[in-house]
Amino acid sequence: MSIPLSWYLILSAALFCIGLFGVLARKNAVAILLGIELMLNAVNINLVAFWRYGTGEITGQVFAIIVFAVASAEVAVGLALIISVYRRRSTVIADDLDLMKW
Amino acid sequence: MTTESTIWLIPLPPLLAFFLIILFTNKNKVLSHSVAIGAAALSWLGGMLVFIRAIQVEHFGKEVFASSVNWLPVGDSWFKIGVLVDPLSAITLFFVAWTILMIFIYSVGYQNFGKPKGDHDQAGLPPHGATITDEHGHKHTVPSIEPMYSRFFALLGLFAFGMYTLVVSDNLLTMFVGWEIMGLCSYLLIGFWYGKKSARNAAIKAFMTTRVGDVFMLLGISFLYSATGTLSFREILSADVLSALASASTPIFGLSAAGLIGLLLFIGTVGKSAQWPLHVWLPDAMEGPTPVSAMIHAATMVSAGVYAIIRMFPLITADFTGHGLTTTMSVIAFIGAFTAIFAATIAVAQNDIKRVLAYSTISQLGFMVASVGIGAYVAAIFHLVTHAFFKALLFLGSGSVIHGMEHGVLHTGDHSVDPQDMFNMGGLRKKMPITFWTFLIGGFALSGFPLLTAGFWSKDEILADAFSHSHWAVFITLAVAAFLTAFYTMRQITLTFLGKPRTKSAEHAQETHWTMTLPLVVLAIFAIGFGWVGIPEEFPFIGGIIPNWLHEFVGGTLAHHPEALPFNIWPLLTSLTVALGGLVIGWLVYRNVTSAEEDKLQFKLLKNKYYFDEIYDFLFVKPAYWFAETFAYKFIDQTIIDGFLNRIGGFAMAVGTAFRKYFDAPVVNGFGDLVGEGSKRIGKFLAPVIQRGRVQYYMLASLSVAVIVAVIYYFTLA
Repeated sequence: MSIPLSWYLILSAALFCIGLFGVLARKNAVAILLGIELMLNAVNINLVAFWRYGTGEITGQVFAIIVFAVASAEVAVGLALIISVYRRRSTVIADDLDLMKW
Repeated sequence: MTTESTIWLIPLPPLLAFFLIILFTNKNKVLSHSVAIGAAALSWLGGMLVFIRAIQVEHFGKEVFASSVNWLPVGDSWFKIGVLVDPLSAITLFFVAWTILMIFIYSVGYQNFGKPKGDHDQAGLPPHGATITDEHGHKHTVPSIEPMYSRFFALLGLFAFGMYTLVVSDNLLTMFVGWEIMGLCSYLLIGFWYGKKSARNAAIKAFMTTRVGDVFMLLGISFLYSATGTLSFREILSADVLSALASASTPIFGLSAAGLIGLLLFIGTVGKSAQWPLHVWLPDAMEGPTPVSAMIHAATMVSAGVYAIIRMFPLITADFTGHGLTTTMSVIAFIGAFTAIFAATIAVAQNDIKRVLAYSTISQLGFMVASVGIGAYVAAIFHLVTHAFFKALLFLGSGSVIHGMEHGVLHTGDHSVDPQDMFNMGGLRKKMPITFWTFLIGGFALSGFPLLTAGFWSKDEILADAFSHSHWAVFITLAVAAFLTAFYTMRQITLTFLGKPRTKSAEHAQETHWTMTLPLVVLAIFAIGFGWVGIPEEFPFIGGIIPNWLHEFVGGTLAHHPEALPFNIWPLLTSLTVALGGLVIGWLVYRNVTSAEEDKLQFKLLKNKYYFDEIYDFLFVKPAYWFAETFAYKFIDQTIIDGFLNRIGGFAMAVGTAFRKYFDAPVVNGFGDLVGEGSKRIGKFLAPVIQRGRVQYYMLASLSVAVIVAVIYYFTLA
């Protein structure tokens, strides 16, 4: 056990922040979706790391697999939405999709 | 089954029958009357069993059948209720059971069982008759069945329950309960044909008048309970309690407690047994169907009144030393004797066959009350029993006559003929032989026809008692009343049965169904035979052939067995003279009278019953109406109570309006409006800033909130 837990956590935090930045900063809806994927994977790293250094129960791994399933489902729905929006509005730029404006 | 448990069960069958009929068998007439008669027969059987066992006990007055259970906790002890059969209640049970059973059977025929449904009969009105077509195509009008047939039997059942309860009770409270049940039933049954205004009024009158007596009776019961702490007959009528009550004085008229309680209880009897001045309800009660008249006026209710004072006899006579009557006894003797002669004079001038009997009932009850008043205990019971038999017989007989007449009325179709008016009758002895002979027996028993009939022996005993204790006023009054009794009875028999038919309806009158004549025959047997058990031992020639069982048996109820009277020829001669004289004169006067105009005795004063109804109307009814209308309703209710409430309402309204105007509208509503309007304006101001419609902007906003919350959490709570 040469690598301590904190390294994984730092990696995970960094990855999460990159994803968050992508979500907030990118204009393209596909890129925003990519950011979300990064954030989810950061969580996965956290879960697996805590499992490895934890009490030895399998919970962490199970949760990671559940997150995979959620992530893939989310991507499928998200991409479908984006395609649908593109067909109607001919754009995938998030700032242009402001129908909710008061 | 022990005798005691049999006694407990005696009142129950009629009550069960009442509920069964009301709840289940109401629609089915056969089932309803079978249930009712079955129940009456069961009670009769129970009553006879108890009676037979009672007469086999040698000193029954000392070894009575009694049993009681704890009922109501009072303080540390229990108020007990139970049953008691001593000689008095045994003999009462005997005649009550017989008469009730006979009346139940009779009702089947009287309410036209088996006849077709009426053409336009309505519930609440007497049946009007039905038209049927025979095989030759002729149309006939025949009597139709009573529309509320089942209801009638249900009510009779409840009535019987009340009477049995009263008879077997061992305390004043349950006795009073039975007493009141009968009061209710008399109201319901007198008003049975409630479609008639006269029936409704009669029902209310009967209920209200007896209520006057009942209130005083309840007062007496309360006084008795507060004075002795018990209502059980056996405890009250024990020597210790009686002497304590007799020596306790009360502030009213200088009466002893015993005397005052006796007087209060006696007022209950005055109401129930229709003694003057509360007699007015009984004649009007003839509005009910005839079996009801027999039930109320012979078998049960009025007898209950006399039964009550006979039951309380030791209390009434507690301070009686044997020399001179006490105040209470004088009052009772006076009211009884006065009622006897007073009602007898009215009966002379009545033309309605049932009303004559009604007044004769009042008069005969007066005989019994008077004999209690003069201390003639056994004589009072004797007359109570014989009277119940012959008066039930007479009422049922008169019902049979009316029924026969109604048949004639329907046959001729002349509805102007009143089937109850004796002047429309005449010559019915040939048309209705069984009714005639039984009615004759009943009438002769009522008149006191010598030696043969029961009425002679009981009435003679009352007169003999009054004579031998030198109560001259009572003796003379009762003798005159007895003469009048024989006179009006013979008038009734002559007008109804003898001579020639005076109307076409009377010509077509017909003997009634066997369900009606059978009870007449049975009661006629008792109207003759029951007198023989009480023939004085010293009576010339026939005395002692049959031992004076009644005196031995009933006298045993009292602590000191009353002595048999020494024989005296004068009262005997008196009763012979008045009975035979009255009968003969009645026949001589009325044998040729053919219409009411020829009747010389139709004095206005008597015809109008001494104007008692009018006097009471003026003295009590009108003022009561005035009080209710003008004082209670218009003044108290409308002016004071309503006025007060309206003021309160108006005040509340004013306060409410003020609150609304000066508090609710400006303050509460203003604040609410302010909040609403404020939020609206803030929203309007913030909306363009916050709600931009950009997803990432929202995300940033929620991220910053999350960061702020995390920071606050970190620095404060963690």
